[in-house]
Amino acid sequence: MSIRQEYEVALEPLLSVPVERELPLGQRLWQQGWLRKSLILILLAVLWEAAARYQNNDLLLPSFLQTGAALYDGLISGELLGKVWISLVVLLKGYLLGIVLAFALTTLAVSSQFGRDLLSTLTSMFNPLPAIALLPLALLWFGLGQNSLIFVLVHSVLWALALNMYAGFLGVSETLRMAGRNYGLKGIRFVLFILIPAALPSILAGLKIGWAFAWRTLIAAELVFGATSGKGGLGWYIFQNRNELYTDKVFAGLAVVILIGLLVENLVFDTLERVTVKRWGMQR
Amino acid sequence: MNASLQGHTASNPASTTGTLLAVDNVSLEYRTPQRVVRATHQVSFEIDPADRFVLLGPSGCGKSTLLKAVGGFIQPVEGEIRLDGQVVHGPGPDRIVVFQEFDQLPPWKTVKQNVMFPLLASKTLNRREAEERALHYLEKVGLAAFADAYPHTLSGGMKARVAIARALAMQPKILLMDEPFAALDALTRRKMQEELLLLWEEVRFTLLFVTHSIEEALVVGNRILLLSPHPGRVRAEIHSHQYDLHSLGGVGFQHTAQRIHRLLFDEGPGQDAERELGFADIRIAY
Repeated sequence: MSIRQEYEVALEPLLSVPVERELPLGQRLWQQGWLRKSLILILLAVLWEAAARYQNNDLLLPSFLQTGAALYDGLISGELLGKVWISLVVLLKGYLLGIVLAFALTTLAVSSQFGRDLLSTLTSMFNPLPAIALLPLALLWFGLGQNSLIFVLVHSVLWALALNMYAGFLGVSETLRMAGRNYGLKGIRFVLFILIPAALPSILAGLKIGWAFAWRTLIAAELVFGATSGKGGLGWYIFQNRNELYTDKVFAGLAVVILIGLLVENLVFDTLERVTVKRWGMQR
Repeated sequence: MNASLQGHTASNPASTTGTLLAVDNVSLEYRTPQRVVRATHQVSFEIDPADRFVLLGPSGCGKSTLLKAVGGFIQPVEGEIRLDGQVVHGPGPDRIVVFQEFDQLPPWKTVKQNVMFPLLASKTLNRREAEERALHYLEKVGLAAFADAYPHTLSGGMKARVAIARALAMQPKILLMDEPFAALDALTRRKMQEELLLLWEEVRFTLLFVTHSIEEALVVGNRILLLSPHPGRVRAEIHSHQYDLHSLGGVGFQHTAQRIHRLLFDEGPGQDAERELGFADIRIAY
């Protein structure tokens, strides 16, 4: 039996091989999310243009370029922007009110058994109810005005957000809760300083879902009953132009709906996520 | 028993002034959906200022529950806990807990903000003073360079250091540590024990330390309370002020470790003599 020799190695500083190096340009570019998404959008636009030219019927399917021209005209004349502004103002009012109510309801739910039961009963009752189904009732109660729209918007935001927020609160770790209580945090301060930041990933997800629900509810509501107090929003614009068979303008209106959705998703929510949950390592 | 002890403390005020924390005949219970479980049964002990008091026992002896009760998170079903003569009723910033879990640091706050958090939340200091003190204690635990880093970028040992700095910055009457190093690797754990002792030399805080490791108890503590499992009852109180990290493997250290092992697992002394002393024997739960 032979025993292997022991040995020691004196280590010199490692200089011959670079400790870190950059990825190739192509890989670095491919890691940019906006670049990948823009590529997808361009691809879709090309497909659309090709399909429209093959179809060759402006009334049914205007091409991408025609829609672009209609969109450009609408924006230049200020007509579209005015409609967007009307829609967004109503939307924001309903959205913010929905957030405030969801916040109040979930705070109640984390602080008492009654609040918990109330939240779970109300969400299971109203969450499956499409907001637009409440519109006739809202019109009856609040008349042909902004208030009916805000009512259905609140309904569309409130339950989805409250559900997500509450699930987020439940997911906050026991250690973090005890740490908060240890420092003497109680009641609303506990919710503000511990629960809300700790549940932020779920809350942001809820805000996103709420935003999408609110946006589609608003456009649908405007399509159903059109103008509020003489001034219609984006849905009304689409509806009116369909009646007059300006299909390219209908598409332009739809494009604006989509663009605003993309813009809010990619600018507002992505930025919010980047400076909060992603920066804090709570979400990849 | 309870009444006679209370009478005893009342008739002898000199003994209570020396005591910082008195746990007096405390029984604790916790509830599962099916049953109520008794975690500790009539446990009494006293901690003096600048003690490094260790609760040691196998899992299920209620040592963590006891620490949470001192923290005010659990109300005793029997007996009372007094801090500086005041009965403990709820959580408060005069008893700061260092937990085992890494998620005790709010991830949305930087290291510095984490240390400032209890100072601001309890309205102990204003923002500027809190920042000053936070930096001072971060310096002490060697993390001044990481003041603006977020917790998710730190290693386990660094997170434990932040939690300790945060607790010390509050300058609580007593520091409660619930197996703070149990989730760390062995080398980091040993370094943290060493640093904790150095910090104690410097600051002389009062410490209540929960562990399931005999070795850690002997190194960290100056007095060790042994608890028996299911439910936790006091088995013994043992001095360990003479041991530190340098005594590891020494004869006296090994003998005390062996004795604690015997007390915890109720082995007869004869059995003990036959066995060869081995380092592995005493590291029961590592």
